[in-house]
Amino acid sequence: MMEGLDDGPDFLSEEDRGLKAINVNLQSDAALQVDISDALSERDKVKFTVHTKSSLPNFKQNEFSVVRQHEEFIWLHDSFVENEDYAGYIIPPAPPRPDFDASREKLQKLGEGEGSMTKEEFTKMKQELEAEYLAIFKKTVAMHEVFLCRVAAHPILRRDLNFHVFLEYNQDLSVRGKNKKEKLEDFFKNMVKSADGVIVSGVKDVDDFFEHERTFLLEYHNRVKDASAKSDRMTRSHKSAADDYNRIGSSLYALGTQDSTDICKFFLKVSELFDKTRKIEARVSADEDLKLSDLLKYYLRESQAAKDLLYRRSRSLVDYENANKALDKARAKNKDVLQAETSQQLCCQKFEKISESAKQELIDFKTRRVAAFRKNLVELAELELKHAKGNLQLLQNCLAVLNGDT
Amino acid sequence: MAAEREPPPLGDGKPTDFEDLEDGEDLFTSTVSTLESSPSSPEPASLPAEDISANSNGPKPTEVVLDDDREDLFAEATEEVSLDSPEREPILSSEPSPAVTPVTPTTLIAPRIESKSMSAPVIFDRSREEIEEEANGDIFDIEIGVSDPEKVGDGMNAYMAYRVTTKTSLSMFSKSEFSVKRRFSDFLGLHSKLASKYLHVGYIVPPAPEKSIGMTKVKVGKEDSSSTEFVEKRRAALERYLQRTVKHPTLLQDPDLRQFLESSELPRAVNTQALSGAGILRMVNKAADAVNKMTIKMNESDAWFEEKQQQFENLDQQLRKLHVSVEALVCHRKELSANTAAFAKSAAMLGNSEDHTALSRALSQLAEVEEKIDQLHQEQAFADFYMFSELLSDYIRLIAAVKGVFDHRMKCWQKWEDAQITLLKKREAEAKMMVANKPDKIQQAKNEIREWEAKVQQGERDFEQISKTIRKEVGRFEKERVKDFKTVIIKYLESLVQTQQQLIKYWEAFLPEAKAIA
Repeated sequence: MMEGLDDGPDFLSEEDRGLKAINVNLQSDAALQVDISDALSERDKVKFTVHTKSSLPNFKQNEFSVVRQHEEFIWLHDSFVENEDYAGYIIPPAPPRPDFDASREKLQKLGEGEGSMTKEEFTKMKQELEAEYLAIFKKTVAMHEVFLCRVAAHPILRRDLNFHVFLEYNQDLSVRGKNKKEKLEDFFKNMVKSADGVIVSGVKDVDDFFEHERTFLLEYHNRVKDASAKSDRMTRSHKSAADDYNRIGSSLYALGTQDSTDICKFFLKVSELFDKTRKIEARVSADEDLKLSDLLKYYLRESQAAKDLLYRRSRSLVDYENANKALDKARAKNKDVLQAETSQQLCCQKFEKISESAKQELIDFKTRRVAAFRKNLVELAELELKHAKGNLQLLQNCLAVLNGDT
Repeated sequence: MAAEREPPPLGDGKPTDFEDLEDGEDLFTSTVSTLESSPSSPEPASLPAEDISANSNGPKPTEVVLDDDREDLFAEATEEVSLDSPEREPILSSEPSPAVTPVTPTTLIAPRIESKSMSAPVIFDRSREEIEEEANGDIFDIEIGVSDPEKVGDGMNAYMAYRVTTKTSLSMFSKSEFSVKRRFSDFLGLHSKLASKYLHVGYIVPPAPEKSIGMTKVKVGKEDSSSTEFVEKRRAALERYLQRTVKHPTLLQDPDLRQFLESSELPRAVNTQALSGAGILRMVNKAADAVNKMTIKMNESDAWFEEKQQQFENLDQQLRKLHVSVEALVCHRKELSANTAAFAKSAAMLGNSEDHTALSRALSQLAEVEEKIDQLHQEQAFADFYMFSELLSDYIRLIAAVKGVFDHRMKCWQKWEDAQITLLKKREAEAKMMVANKPDKIQQAKNEIREWEAKVQQGERDFEQISKTIRKEVGRFEKERVKDFKTVIIKYLESLVQTQQQLIKYWEAFLPEAKAIA
């Protein structure tokens, strides 16, 4: 994982493995392997080439590819969420929408300001922005891939029909984004859900395990949210500082080429130093973003998915208890007893099914989480060390040369 | 404006050219005569440096820093000074506009001027070789420190007093180590005095730190981190200002500087206040100067000056640009520090709620590392600022002073030009008189011609002098600049090295903790 990347902005390999490996148990077996082999960025959408290798009999071929867009991923995710059968599982969180707006804006501003800066500066900044754009692009590819891999690795979800259609159907799924009416419906649904969630969460759980998990997840989710936001701000400041190094390097270069005294060599050397050190600082910022911010963001989404699971379970518990009450009432009145009994039995089954799988899912969640954090924190520390040592080397070399000259 | 300057009476009369001054007699006789004929100075006897210095109270007699241990060629002069000083005061207090009448140091040579600064040329003369040696050997054995800012007084009349400590082995000072308390306006007053004495003859006088609003908060009594930062910034700036000033061989000899460093009490420089009479006059002059600069079209005979001016113009632009970038860096680093601190707290909270023990511990450790790193960023931001950014802003102001000196040369040239034109006119007038045959007018015309011939000669001499001085000054300035930049930048890079070394330590300590998550 720790390649000897000194200057090259080779984000892809690290990021790919980095994000995929956020969930370590995704060593998909030969039965079903999914990845995103290619991606194309058009003006306002990204086209992912989803590549599948499978030995399952469900598929017509052993290896095939289709082109999918972000909306189709969302459709798949939503279909899982709405499927009652999957109520007892943590649904892998949907990948965030590809957002190139900020980067595009910056590129545009650069184009507009081209006249006001020197050619070198312009080329430098353009390269920087292009690298940024590329990084965002690779990240979004990786996140979509992680989603698919999670689904493919899940023993139940991998068998989902919609999933197979998603993987195989090589024409447009005609999944349009939600129109206004549907978005409004979603909005109301969410409101109802959160209101309900409040009611439901008031019900104390008999089971200690779930009670503990509930309190834990609630607090954890909030704190991960906070940490993720703060980590984001931190990495962004870091990037700004690195960008400043860039400008300082350019200014020093200009000073060096224009100065009449013997300090010009000095300035040129320092300018070089700033250029090189900036690359390292930019990598530090990018790695922190990857190993820390992205990790936290992912677990923010996962913990939300886990919370959703608990909500569904609590909901079914409430339903079960209501069905019990209804049965008692029916028995008392001796009216519609059979109906009430069936209904109660259904609720009971549902509840127990959910509880069972939920328990396992939550245990898995913890295992995944601990492993992911461990992996990423170790890698973060190793990368920070690598970069600091690189920086130190650069600085010491430069100082040796400067002191030797003077 | 042409008669502003007191034409130096001596053969070469340049402040630095003291070979001529070795003969004590010359000094006195010629100076006296010229002074009497000087049209501009309202009170020739009171044109010592004190006038220019915005001293409304007059210097105290005790501040005569002429030491006994020095073999003063002008020992009598010394005595004269001390005797005459009480007389000075009434004269001085009536001096309304010191800023307008620049005085060349050589004017001070006149013994009639009852001023302690009269001894200035004395020291110039005597220790000229000393100065040369010191400049060449670079052994300026004088160290200045500005420390211990202390708030004196309350409310809007409060001010900060700084301790100025001097350590030196130079013989011109009475002690080898001494300190005094000074306030900000004292520094401004010192600069004002030095500028009025030396700027217009071509010396690059280091500019004083700028006034700013920051003090109001301190006065009002709000002791928060931004006001302490402000005081520290000012203290450092004052220190650098003094250090630069004493590095200048000519300025070091100036008695006002010595008085500033040594005497326990300094008369308040009220004329440095923006709204004082002198302040307003300064603003008027600045405006007039700007207009003049636009109208003066100088025939540059010396390509060196044109080249240098262009170079300084470029340098100015580049430094400003660099300064903007460095200021942005300081700002972002402070932001980074704040964000890192916030993240550290957040990570600690996360660690608390994490129910897996080993991971929880690792997260807490991460929080601690980030907290230490935040400290590191803060310190680095200080280094960014105090070393790099302030160096750049100092030099931006210094270059403004250099440009000012070039402008003075232009004005000097203009004066010479004007004198030549006037002479021509006078000659024409005389010719006309000859034709019209008016004997009395002819005599007057001849007198005027003589007068203007002298002025033309003087103008030429002045111009050559200032050109010569500027060349030397620029050479010295460039050397200093190179040294300064190299030293400071190397120091700054070393601070970066330190930061990286600390970072390595912190992450190396954290790594096993992360690996220990089971």
